[in-house]
Amino acid sequence: MGFVSRGFRGRPRDEGVKLPPGQYLVHDFPVLSAGPTPRVPLDRWEFAIDTEDGQTHRWSWQELMALPAETPTVDLHCVTKWSKLGTDWKGVSLDTLFADVESSAEYALVYSYGGYTTNLPVEDLLDGKAWIAYQFDGEELAAAHGGPARLLVPHLYLWKSAKWVQGIRLMNEDWPGFWETAGYHNYGDPWREQRYQGD
Amino acid sequence: MTEPAQDSYQDGNALAGPLREIFAVDVTAAAGQCVHCGLAGPVASLRVYGPAPGMVARCPGCDEVVLRLVRGPDSAWLDLRGTVSLRIPLPGPGVPDGTGEGPA
Ligand SMILES: [Zn+2]
Repeated sequence: MGFVSRGFRGRPRDEGVKLPPGQYLVHDFPVLSAGPTPRVPLDRWEFAIDTEDGQTHRWSWQELMALPAETPTVDLHCVTKWSKLGTDWKGVSLDTLFADVESSAEYALVYSYGGYTTNLPVEDLLDGKAWIAYQFDGEELAAAHGGPARLLVPHLYLWKSAKWVQGIRLMNEDWPGFWETAGYHNYGDPWREQRYQGD
Repeated sequence: MTEPAQDSYQDGNALAGPLREIFAVDVTAAAGQCVHCGLAGPVASLRVYGPAPGMVARCPGCDEVVLRLVRGPDSAWLDLRGTVSLRIPLPGPGVPDGTGEGPA
């Protein structure tokens, strides 16, 4: 535990910043891509939560915009070892989107336009830990960074913050996603350096 | 914030070095077939995204994933689920390659 509490840290400076093990600081915003960038027109964009009972909750872009938004400032940690601190986002908390969702599922598979998937426990999406983000640094989220909207779940490595998010499938069984089936860790906690399977 | 060039990928020859670490033959010369659309062609014709977090080789016909390669510190993970098969050119077993000249 550090002697400065998180709440009073403010925007950290380079010197003396505590990063997760093995990470280094960047000031740009690197783009890593595993495929072509999907282009989704807003009038056809849709976000869904599918429950284990086959219920689907859907939001159009307009419906998403009408929900109360939050403006989290968070640190990002990429498994390729860069970290970017104090990033400013705007989006809708998953707590808001899950408010009317009846589910007892423990596992979530996040799926994206373009076919990307990533898995995480449902509890990691709730209690103020995750957002559907549509603005970065005061501007609409660029397609290269996952716009029009991406999942933001900053306490896990950034591959869990699925770009171009399309929906979340709630399941009783864990279903490893795109990188999780190709050697990367199933959970991906940067502070425990869970990069690869077996870490 | 500057936005880097979009959809930047290399051709499948980018796989030659990383795959040479695993296979004794040059796999980029192999002919493969896409599971998703059936397109056949050399591994060198795939569109390779990456290298980080991993190399993702996609079919030039349908953009679906044909091959993935992740290199960790002490392991590599190779996923070929998007490939029907790979036809790998090899010399005949026990036959000296090249000249066709047998011993005198
Ligand atoms: Zn194909």
